[in-house]
Amino acid sequence: MKRFVDPQPFHPDDERPLTAEQEQFYTASQWQLIWWRFHRHRLAVVSFWFLLALYAAILVAEFLAPYGLESRNAAHVYAPPQTIHLFHEGRLVGPFVYPYSFELNLETLEREYKFDRTEPQPLRWFCRGEPYRFWGQVEGDLHLFCPKEGGTVFLLGTDRLGRDMLSRILYGARISLTIGLLGVAVSFVLGVLLGGLAGYLGGVVDSVIQRIIEVIRSFPVIPLWMALSAALPVSWDPLWVYFGITLILGLVDWPGLARAVRGRILSLREEDFAQAAVLMGARPRRVIVRHLVPSFASHLIASVTLAIPSMILGETALSFLGLGLRPPITSWGVLLTEAQNINAVALYPWLMLPVVPVILVVLAFNFVGDGLRDAADPYG
Amino acid sequence: MLRYVVWRVLMMMPTLIAISFVVFVIIQLPEGDYLDAMVAELEAQGERLQADQIAHLRAQYGLDAPFVVQYWNWISAIVLHGDFGFSFEYDRPVLDVIGDRFWLTAILALGTVIFTWAVSFPIAIYSAVYKYSIGDHILTFIGFLGLATPNFLLALILLYLSQVYFGTEVGQIMAEQYIGEPMSFDKFLSILSHMWIAVVVIGTSGTAGMIRRIRANLMDELEKPYVVTARAKGLPPGRALIKYPLRLSLNPFIADIGNLLPDLISGSVLVAFVLSLPTNGPILVNALQSQDMYLAGAIVMIEAVLVVIGVLISDLALAALDPRIRLGEGVRR
Repeated sequence: MKRFVDPQPFHPDDERPLTAEQEQFYTASQWQLIWWRFHRHRLAVVSFWFLLALYAAILVAEFLAPYGLESRNAAHVYAPPQTIHLFHEGRLVGPFVYPYSFELNLETLEREYKFDRTEPQPLRWFCRGEPYRFWGQVEGDLHLFCPKEGGTVFLLGTDRLGRDMLSRILYGARISLTIGLLGVAVSFVLGVLLGGLAGYLGGVVDSVIQRIIEVIRSFPVIPLWMALSAALPVSWDPLWVYFGITLILGLVDWPGLARAVRGRILSLREEDFAQAAVLMGARPRRVIVRHLVPSFASHLIASVTLAIPSMILGETALSFLGLGLRPPITSWGVLLTEAQNINAVALYPWLMLPVVPVILVVLAFNFVGDGLRDAADPYG
Repeated sequence: MLRYVVWRVLMMMPTLIAISFVVFVIIQLPEGDYLDAMVAELEAQGERLQADQIAHLRAQYGLDAPFVVQYWNWISAIVLHGDFGFSFEYDRPVLDVIGDRFWLTAILALGTVIFTWAVSFPIAIYSAVYKYSIGDHILTFIGFLGLATPNFLLALILLYLSQVYFGTEVGQIMAEQYIGEPMSFDKFLSILSHMWIAVVVIGTSGTAGMIRRIRANLMDELEKPYVVTARAKGLPPGRALIKYPLRLSLNPFIADIGNLLPDLISGSVLVAFVLSLPTNGPILVNALQSQDMYLAGAIVMIEAVLVVIGVLISDLALAALDPRIRLGEGVRR
């Protein structure tokens, strides 16, 4: 029988060559794959960029806000929002607002604002306006836009002291958006540490930590948050209260994360690669940090992202009730305390506007978290 | 079954003790104690106590005793005499202040759980059976909105809308003539008919979560070989859905109470405050604002105990329904 042997070495790629795309896919790292999978979730991607833009905005809130946090305008108390117009009497003027002033209705004692439609006030761009201290340090007075000299621009109206709502919401974002991150950081450290120990060591440590988790979880979260933050001394500096609140948010939130970490470690601990590391003499710390955590880091990031909105809401709720942050520290919840009086809100509905960013941010974090959760296991 | 019940009730005890301990720590957290508050109160009324009088009272109330002894005095008064301490704000024993409101809180929680069940059941089945249809996508999206929209903000918006369009208060929880009356069946009905707005507002987030879990469960179950076999052998689709897959996917209804209840109670505090419902919520907020810690501690403790009992009932119901849990070594949640 005649046998034919091909002297050339065989290479499978020559038979069915990989396309450039496949090549890229097979050689991509795990995080690359996660990123690609994440991109398939359109809503999550949009939300991701939205959040990124917001966090960028709080870096330069002084520049974006036309007014300062506490600047009052006595002539415009409870003023309604001024809308931006482009055309004045059929002629393009560019973005401008109509000035307005109020008259006291002597029968109802309400302020009635009247727009003066004869005289448009164009906005000024990249202008010198109200002076501020950038992050409380560097002096400046450059704003993205300002009203005409002597005019006003209250795009979202003003509150009971004539303070611009838009500027206050922008400054409030600085507190509301960071408090979630700091709180999650606290909860993350506690959750990974205690969940990791419980899952890895097992036995008595596991039972004790499990019981603690059970106890904390049987408290309704908001009453517990409220009780703890009410215990913060009244004499504390507002900045201390801010850190106190983040600590409380984290202290109550960690059990959820610890549970997730414990579950993952319990199952991963039995995997061959983890057993191999143990047999080769690696210490628990090295096994956990070097071998186990990277295997579920993506899941961890997803659950952390889903924990942030509940923190933001928690802070909003606490401040709304007057148990959380106090002025001069201003968050969206502090702004919403003005909306507690429903009669005032019925007359001046723009006081409720801080609700809008809260809901948008919470939704965005939920979408991003959802997208991350789907993408966390890109091989599945 | 009896063995399981006994074991489960015994397991609850350490949790309850730990909860009471945490609550007592919270009560003790603010600076000053019971007596400082009383002395301040008396001074405000123009009376003045001598220093040795104060020291005497302090010893009498056991306020200079170690922490553990004080804790023991407090908890034994609750367990033995139902005495939760004294509220300075209302100048009455804590139990008198909470009294009637406790039942409203419990009814509100119960009503919300039933609402959650009633709404999520049909929607979840529809979403799982017609998965990835337009209807499913729309319902999922609405559910997501419900999950993400904070309850108390929803209540605030609702309050505003009803104020503007109807000019009415939504905060009434019963008809006028029943306010201050003792609990009766008519009063109960009146509460039910007035409560629905609060129930809907508090229930939205829980409902959304429940729908997602049941939908996922049912979808898993529907893909299993036995369902395929049943349908291949000619079982009508309706029966092939209801006979087994649906029953198997109903576990979260009961098993999830442990997750649902803390969220509900937690949400109801805020919603009740915004809508000024006569439940424990607004009292808790006031008590914390004025640092009336015995009252606040009692409310937090009652709510936590409510959760623990709710979880106990759900675990027992689950064990009654599912022999795997009853005969297994314990509960798995």
